[in-house]
Amino acid sequence: MPNMSLKKVNMPEQQPQERNKNFTEVALGYTEEMAVEEAQRCLNCKTRPCVSGCPVNVKIPDFIALIAKERFKEAYLKIKETNSLPAICGRVCPQETQCEQLCVRAKKGESVGIGRLERFAADWYMKNCQGEFPEINKNKKKVAIIGAGPAGLSCAGDLAKKGYDVTIFEAFHKPGGVLVYGIPEFRLPKALVKKEIKTLEDIGVKIITNMVIGKVLDVEELLENEGFSAVFIGSGAGLPSFMNISGENLNGVYSANEFLTRINLMKAYKFPETDTPVRVGKSVAVVGGGNVAMDAARSALRVGAEKVFIVYRRSENELPARLEEVHHAKEEGIEFRLLTNPIEILGTEDGWVKGLKCVEMELGEPDASGRRKPIVKKGSEYEIPVETVIIAIGQSPNPLIKKTTPDLKTHSWGGIIVDESTCATSKEAVYAGGDAVSGAATVILAMGAGKDAAKAIDEYLCGHTTMQ
Amino acid sequence: MYKIVKKRILNEQVKLMEIEAPYVARKAEPGQFIIFRIDENGERVPLTIADFDREKGTVTIIFQEVGNSTRKLGMLEEGDSLLDFVGPLGVASHFDASIKRAAVIGGGLGTAIAYPQAKKLHNSGVEVDSICGFRNKDLIILEEQMKEVSANLYITTDDGSNGNKGFVTDQLRGLIESGNKYDLVIAIGPLIMMKFICAVTKEYGIKTIVSMNPIMIDGTGMCGGCRVTVGGETKFACVDGPDFDGHMVDFDEAMRRQQIYKAEERHHIGEDGCRINTK
Repeated sequence: MPNMSLKKVNMPEQQPQERNKNFTEVALGYTEEMAVEEAQRCLNCKTRPCVSGCPVNVKIPDFIALIAKERFKEAYLKIKETNSLPAICGRVCPQETQCEQLCVRAKKGESVGIGRLERFAADWYMKNCQGEFPEINKNKKKVAIIGAGPAGLSCAGDLAKKGYDVTIFEAFHKPGGVLVYGIPEFRLPKALVKKEIKTLEDIGVKIITNMVIGKVLDVEELLENEGFSAVFIGSGAGLPSFMNISGENLNGVYSANEFLTRINLMKAYKFPETDTPVRVGKSVAVVGGGNVAMDAARSALRVGAEKVFIVYRRSENELPARLEEVHHAKEEGIEFRLLTNPIEILGTEDGWVKGLKCVEMELGEPDASGRRKPIVKKGSEYEIPVETVIIAIGQSPNPLIKKTTPDLKTHSWGGIIVDESTCATSKEAVYAGGDAVSGAATVILAMGAGKDAAKAIDEYLCGHTTMQ
Repeated sequence: MYKIVKKRILNEQVKLMEIEAPYVARKAEPGQFIIFRIDENGERVPLTIADFDREKGTVTIIFQEVGNSTRKLGMLEEGDSLLDFVGPLGVASHFDASIKRAAVIGGGLGTAIAYPQAKKLHNSGVEVDSICGFRNKDLIILEEQMKEVSANLYITTDDGSNGNKGFVTDQLRGLIESGNKYDLVIAIGPLIMMKFICAVTKEYGIKTIVSMNPIMIDGTGMCGGCRVTVGGETKFACVDGPDFDGHMVDFDEAMRRQQIYKAEERHHIGEDGCRINTK
């Protein structure tokens, strides 16, 4: 008999007032008993709507049925058939707008906790099984992947499983992309990212760090001189947007990229044990309402800020961040200044941030995005005294590869133009996916694109052989 | 890992290292920079490329031990390795073919960065007058190398200990006043020196290129920490520079931004009296 409880089995968490001072993971994960209990909530329905909601089509009812039968290892392997990074997806996917939104159980009560179960299976496997990887029939064809983020890793994993000789070129000193520089330790432990990446290396994926493609080698050279038959570009959305308001170059203004990279990749929260510092002062304003803004705000608290504000120009309903992240941020004491728009960053005489001048907004008619457009309330100017301002209003694709690959077509805003089903670019043998194509989106969409590209690259290279 | 194949002590504060980095050496051009990281806890530190040897696959860096990371770097010896060494980053220097005569100015360590530019100009047939300034004669570096690529080399010292007391700005003004005509001035050194050189060359309407070295992390345009205001617009030194038109650069802002982590840096190297054990 299925478990007909209307609610998900509760996920244990660190207490808000304890966790807002440390970088240890907030959500603690299910025990075996909890996982089995939750897995029994799945009706194993015929229509399987959840699967179509997953960008990488994880066989959700199948893996959940295996958890219900306590066959945890098989459950993990079932996920792994289509998803290269289960421990990561189980934590950072917006399940509430994907698989879980379509779950039959969500019609009355809460959906099955698919994300929590995925995380459980992955964590269980990592803890209990090691060094088991499938036999692969290798072919001799080389594929180059640019960027070791979610798109690149997922593409690499699928191609390696198909037998290709895959090399990932990563610009940073560590692979993982946004998983290591962007998403904080308390949401996604880096040791776990490392383990997930290791599972790809175990099946033959080579990762070369410190390689800025577009500088040290360009796409053309990869194809012509380095022996690669195809290239996948997964270089992400690395270019931070600023607001172009007065005071943005004052000391104490960070892009969210810089702030989070200092903390996550460079481990500034351990300074001076580590060499990279970060400075927040007593009070911080984070401008923006997405997941990146929540990550920056919650990190600022953890590195010592006493007061942290989220400043967002629309209302609570329009916050682009996941509900869970907003909820966690509020629990930890982040103050939300909604319908508030910054117009100037104020500085001291010697050039340090001392405040953020804002205006209040009200919602007008829906704009092109379908969201009600915020309009300035007259005479509503006021100042929030802060020492640090973090701009988290978005990123666009890094132009480095575009600049050095003349025959690669891009949109005016920088995104690489691709065929949506194959991820093929305007240049033969070159594919692209993830934020480099879409602009800043989610980890799982990038992974889905990497997967689609892997399939298309395989078809392209197989076709190539028969033609020769 | 990137092996140190040669180490030379140029003066009490400045060291030279030749690093094995074949990929970087293959593409490096004057004006570009690298980012190094010593060990797992290390920060990413940008340094302008001082020289490179494509055949040997090596890149030369010259650095002054001003902070925690450069001090640690200075302690490494030939045969040791750096954990990370990434490049070449930034835009290579580009010189107009119409340039016939140029003045290249290096202030202190800036001489090490000015040298490859002077060499590139010299090799493309430009007559180069070089002016290098140091605090005293014991700190003079690269004198022979600069001589080789310069029609005239002028070395000034703040204390006059080499017999030519003064600042590089005085020397440049003197040369211009006595009738020397330059199509281009390249000024590389402390921000304050570049600011004053630009003030001089602006008076005479001589195009001036400076090389900026702000605080940055990735060096690929991702962090935006290296923002520099040039002609009223925000530029990222890592991808738009590091060379900029000196007459357009907001040096006061750049100097202020250079101070962001001064307190942390002093704390880290124990200069604020706080004794910390980092390892």
